[in-house]
Amino acid sequence: MIELSAAIALGLLALSLAAAAMRGLSAASAVVYGTSAAFSLALALAGVWTLATQAGAQGVHLPIGLPWIGAHLTLDALSAVFLMLLGVGGAAASVFAIGYGRHEHEPHRVLPFYPGFLGAMTMVVLAGDAFTFLLSWEVMSLLSWALVLTNHRAEETRAAGYLYLVMAGFGTMVLLLAFGLMAGPEGGYEFEAMRTVERSPALAVLVLALMMIGAGSKAGLLPLHVWLPAAHPAAPSHVSALMSGVMTKVALYGFIRVAFDLLGPVPWWMSVPVIVAGALTAVVGILFANIDGDGKRVLAYSTIENIGVIFAALGLALAFRANGMPALAALALTAGLIHAMNHMLFKSLLFMVAGAVLNATGRRDLDGLGGLIHRMPKTAVLALVGVTAISALPPLNGFVSEWLLFQAVLQSPKLSQPGLQFLVPAAGGLLALAAALAAAAFVRFYGVIFLGRARSDEARDAHEVDRWSLGAMAGLALLCVLAGILPGVLIDLVAPAVDLAVGAHLPMQANNNWFTLVPVAVVHSSYSGLLVMVFVVFSGGASAWLVHRLASRRLRRAPAWDCGFPNADPVTQYGAGSFSQPIRRVMAPVLAARETVVMPPPGDATPARHEVQTEDLAWARLYLPIIAAIDYATTRLNALQFLTIRRYLSLVFGSLVLLLTGLAIWN
Amino acid sequence: MELIGNLLLQAVQMLIVLALAPGLTGLVRKIKARLLRRRGASILQPYRDLARLMRKEVVLAENASWLFRVSPYTIFAATWVAAALVPTFAIGLHFSWTADLIAIVALLGSARFFLALAGMDVGTSFGGLGASREMMIGALAEPAMLLMVFTVALVAGSTELSNVVAFMESGEVGIRVSMGMALIALTIVALAENARIPVDNPATHLELTMVHEAMVLEYSGRHLAMIELAASLKLLLYMALIGCIFVPWGIAPATAGVGELVAGFAFFLAKLAVGGTLLAVFETSVAKMRVFRVPDFIGAALMLGLLGTLLLFVSRSL
Repeated sequence: MIELSAAIALGLLALSLAAAAMRGLSAASAVVYGTSAAFSLALALAGVWTLATQAGAQGVHLPIGLPWIGAHLTLDALSAVFLMLLGVGGAAASVFAIGYGRHEHEPHRVLPFYPGFLGAMTMVVLAGDAFTFLLSWEVMSLLSWALVLTNHRAEETRAAGYLYLVMAGFGTMVLLLAFGLMAGPEGGYEFEAMRTVERSPALAVLVLALMMIGAGSKAGLLPLHVWLPAAHPAAPSHVSALMSGVMTKVALYGFIRVAFDLLGPVPWWMSVPVIVAGALTAVVGILFANIDGDGKRVLAYSTIENIGVIFAALGLALAFRANGMPALAALALTAGLIHAMNHMLFKSLLFMVAGAVLNATGRRDLDGLGGLIHRMPKTAVLALVGVTAISALPPLNGFVSEWLLFQAVLQSPKLSQPGLQFLVPAAGGLLALAAALAAAAFVRFYGVIFLGRARSDEARDAHEVDRWSLGAMAGLALLCVLAGILPGVLIDLVAPAVDLAVGAHLPMQANNNWFTLVPVAVVHSSYSGLLVMVFVVFSGGASAWLVHRLASRRLRRAPAWDCGFPNADPVTQYGAGSFSQPIRRVMAPVLAARETVVMPPPGDATPARHEVQTEDLAWARLYLPIIAAIDYATTRLNALQFLTIRRYLSLVFGSLVLLLTGLAIWN
Repeated sequence: MELIGNLLLQAVQMLIVLALAPGLTGLVRKIKARLLRRRGASILQPYRDLARLMRKEVVLAENASWLFRVSPYTIFAATWVAAALVPTFAIGLHFSWTADLIAIVALLGSARFFLALAGMDVGTSFGGLGASREMMIGALAEPAMLLMVFTVALVAGSTELSNVVAFMESGEVGIRVSMGMALIALTIVALAENARIPVDNPATHLELTMVHEAMVLEYSGRHLAMIELAASLKLLLYMALIGCIFVPWGIAPATAGVGELVAGFAFFLAKLAVGGTLLAVFETSVAKMRVFRVPDFIGAALMLGLLGTLLLFVSRSL
């Protein structure tokens, strides 16, 4: 399987070059996206096959890359899980793009980068040494940056692209340091060599902290998330789906690979920052999703939330592992992996929905939409599946991973450190808050876009999207439902990866009655998504049938009642801003929300104004001071550019003396 | 044969909660009326209301979509399934392992989700107002509820209600401060979730502080009947939940005979009567809050839930 996967990865990279050559060809878009879809599907199958047959790690050594070293590619269970995730997400996005890409104004700005982006992500997941990993990581960053800049004429996009480039460069630099520290002075850059090195706890802690920063900045962990809500929505929607659904998971893969596989034991207290950062990221991310007025930015903020949830699960797994409880660590890690998979499914679906809406109306601002359930009925149904799944409502898939995570949180009394015993339930409370706020955010998202009355002419004249796009969305929606009612299949699939990471896995779920989830014997709890689904569908259907049969089925259409004062102007509906007002007001300290009402004096005919300002505190408190400091330093250092040759020479001389003195003192 | 008996018992449970729910609502209304020195309508009035609504035609807003028409049945089904999974007169029913307390909370979350969507469907200002406030209240009440679940699960070692009840009934618990806090937290959540005073007023229609009624303003006929029935079921669910966790006496064990089942049923009726009376007394003795004081109220539940959990750790490590 590794040969096949490696060949596909290289094939995708080659497809990028071919796409660049196909510029001007009218069929280029269909060819490139079609081939990408086929390749991605093959990757997903390779991943599933590796997991299902429980094949051991397979490696291959390619003579490309650095001389003498080449590139080591390995496919083990952990890689296979993410290969599966990447394949499914890539295939869906590519199929969607076959239809969506027809509307692109400048396809040659997307096509040459798209397959390469997929290929680079595959290479990251397959990498077996630090060089290959970092190189692929950087290629992935650069190609996604190019994709973000597709619509480069918008000022906003250019700013987002710049911010993304800076953050991606920073992240890779930190990762370079982390891998350098892991390789040690002998320079064992192969993962195989890293596993065997004995490290001091201090070094392990340092590496894990660096991984949290490096991988976290790519995944969107607080406070390194600032670029994500700007960059993800700026790309074309199928690329947004890939970036949010898949690329953040590739970043998570990097963290899991190092924290659970390469690094070896880590002190228990290192799980504290991971759990805290995860839980805070979840709450802050979803709060911003609740107040943002742009559909795609709402989705990007919700990605931050889900990354937080997964990091909290990973932190919990680290805590259990450090306490020598592999079974419980397996529970937490399974929750994290399943949630990563689920998030890929519903977030890709929702970004495609946003893309379909953008295609149909040309608008992303929530307050310009409305009533699309009448104009785009099929998209509306699929979007409903997506928002229900992401709001962690049973019987869909989002709930399964939340449930597993809460079961893991409930096991916190077994931890032996009082600090963790206190921390984990509090983090659990934050995660519950995030889940409930997610429901609010997606009622708002769906309600303002699809329900109510159209708020603009574009929304009034919207049309249903093409079949390819609908097909891709329907496939993801189906997977959301299946993963919700048959979660055992997915849990059994990821079991070898969990085994590899923490040395234990959940009991096999395949033989349980009614596909019930019974995670760990000590949990004493079970959940059957299938039965809940059957019960809800049966009781709902039966009651509807009985009511129509026995009571009344008469129906009359009439104007809306609205307490007797219906207003024909669609602006009188609740919009994105008004819907979020209660939450904005309750959570004002976190959002730095300020509301000002400007009332004109009596006799003045200008309208009264209500203004709302919110601010990302991370940006204001952390980034702006750094930016100001850099600005200050560069203006000062700018003077260095205009010196005479004499002064340059004396500068050189001065630094030489300084360095030599330093060296002398050092020795 | 045993399977048929088990299935029958499960069906009885489902029908009992359905049959008793409007009666409980009627009882609370009756007692409230008596406390206000009114005679009040009969306890059976909600049944008559439901029958009347069922027979009437539906007046549907011109702009309403299929979601608006499907939602009443979805809300009803989710609430009914959740209510049927809470032990009322017996534990260990055939399907009681289907969902634990976390899943029951999430099922109610599904019902709320669809109710809020339905509120936004017609595109009126009242519907959006109700939906937005309901989601704010839900966003605070749900974590409070889950922290309460944590406390209970840490004491009982399970989130499965049948296991919790069995443990509570065994008397190993004794009186714990944490459980007291959990009880207060759950009561606050129950008041908020059921749109009772002081969070919302179930009796008003034209008041800017209304939440639940604003969302269902556009509903009529059989749709309204389904939603009213779901609201009654939810009230019953919370009463049954408080009953089975904090006063588990009388609930028949998994291997009970007919006698024990009947006794369990009598106990359940008594618990509902006491709970309904207490609710009515509480509602008549407090005033409704402004909507932006509600977060403080539910925040208290959140803190109590967390404190209850933390106290458990403290008491355990002593």
